[in-house]
Amino acid sequence: MIPTDYLLIVIGMGVVTYVPRWLPLLYLSRRGLPEWFAEWLDFIPAAILSALIFPLLVTTGEPRHLDLLRPELFVAIPTLIVAIKTRSLAGTVIFGMGLYWIAGKFI
Amino acid sequence: MRPGDSQENRNDWPSAIKDGMLGAWPICLGYLAIGLAFGVIAQKAGLHPLEIGCMSLLVYAGSSQFIAVSMLSAGAGFFAIVITTFTVNLRHLLMSSSLSRYVRGLSHGWLSAFAYGVTDESFALNVANFRQRDWDWRRALVLNHTANLAWIGSTVAGGYGGQFIPAGAFGIDYALVAMFICLLIFQIRGFFYVVIALTSGLAAVLLSLIIPGNAYIFIASTAAATLGVILKRSGLSQGMGGGS
Repeated sequence: MIPTDYLLIVIGMGVVTYVPRWLPLLYLSRRGLPEWFAEWLDFIPAAILSALIFPLLVTTGEPRHLDLLRPELFVAIPTLIVAIKTRSLAGTVIFGMGLYWIAGKFI
Repeated sequence: MRPGDSQENRNDWPSAIKDGMLGAWPICLGYLAIGLAFGVIAQKAGLHPLEIGCMSLLVYAGSSQFIAVSMLSAGAGFFAIVITTFTVNLRHLLMSSSLSRYVRGLSHGWLSAFAYGVTDESFALNVANFRQRDWDWRRALVLNHTANLAWIGSTVAGGYGGQFIPAGAFGIDYALVAMFICLLIFQIRGFFYVVIALTSGLAAVLLSLIIPGNAYIFIASTAAATLGVILKRSGLSQGMGGGS
């Protein structure tokens, strides 16, 4: 039903996606980590989240270019304030979506 | 570090399934938007909904699936697509490393089932939950697989006719951005983390403008975390709120 060459590509993609997800969990969860490495891992979530978010807010297009006038950025600032003030995931997500929706009607 | 099962009264599956499924809602919302969009694009590129579902099940990584579909329609071959996918998804290495601290002592079987569901979104949400909530590996596992079902379901639905759903309704496209913003705030536990976050974010923007693809995520975040450790070890963190 599904063509074999397509299935092979998808399986190949699946393997190379799964291994980086799997190896560190298997390897690191059974070992004592040196303190500097534990500290490094502790900084990773904040670093990754920033590295994911910032370019989403201020770059666009293909090839990417800087664009500081995007609704994504305008909406992010009040959303950030709501996140700091409420520390509520639900509140922040709903606020951000609502504001982005409204912004989309005007921009 | 507590092993996964230290809280005897909370290690039952029914409550874990409930908490994990309910906790996944912001991701499900976001995946619904992106999944429908992916399904529509994949269907336009000539993929059957069954083929779309097969990719979402076996790969389960949004950005690489978008790239693979565009490469498929450009006639790219097996190795080009697989190698590109590998580089695009290499950042999960960091996320799984970071998550390993919270699932210590878990059996290989459960770790393998958990690893399958590690995405940008589930990583961010699970790390926050492990730190702040009464969270354990069962809840994290259920959250991962709930998000996965939402992804498979919405990509297949998109393939069957997602174009009939108005794009951008209710600001749904912004769900994951708002979630990431809030989870970043949860990670900021002192001035030190602000420095790391800003360094990583600015480096990511610069790198994203210079190098194609998404290697900027990996490079910027490892560089910023390394800088953080160096600063902390050099004693500059005194009074800066460093440490966890």
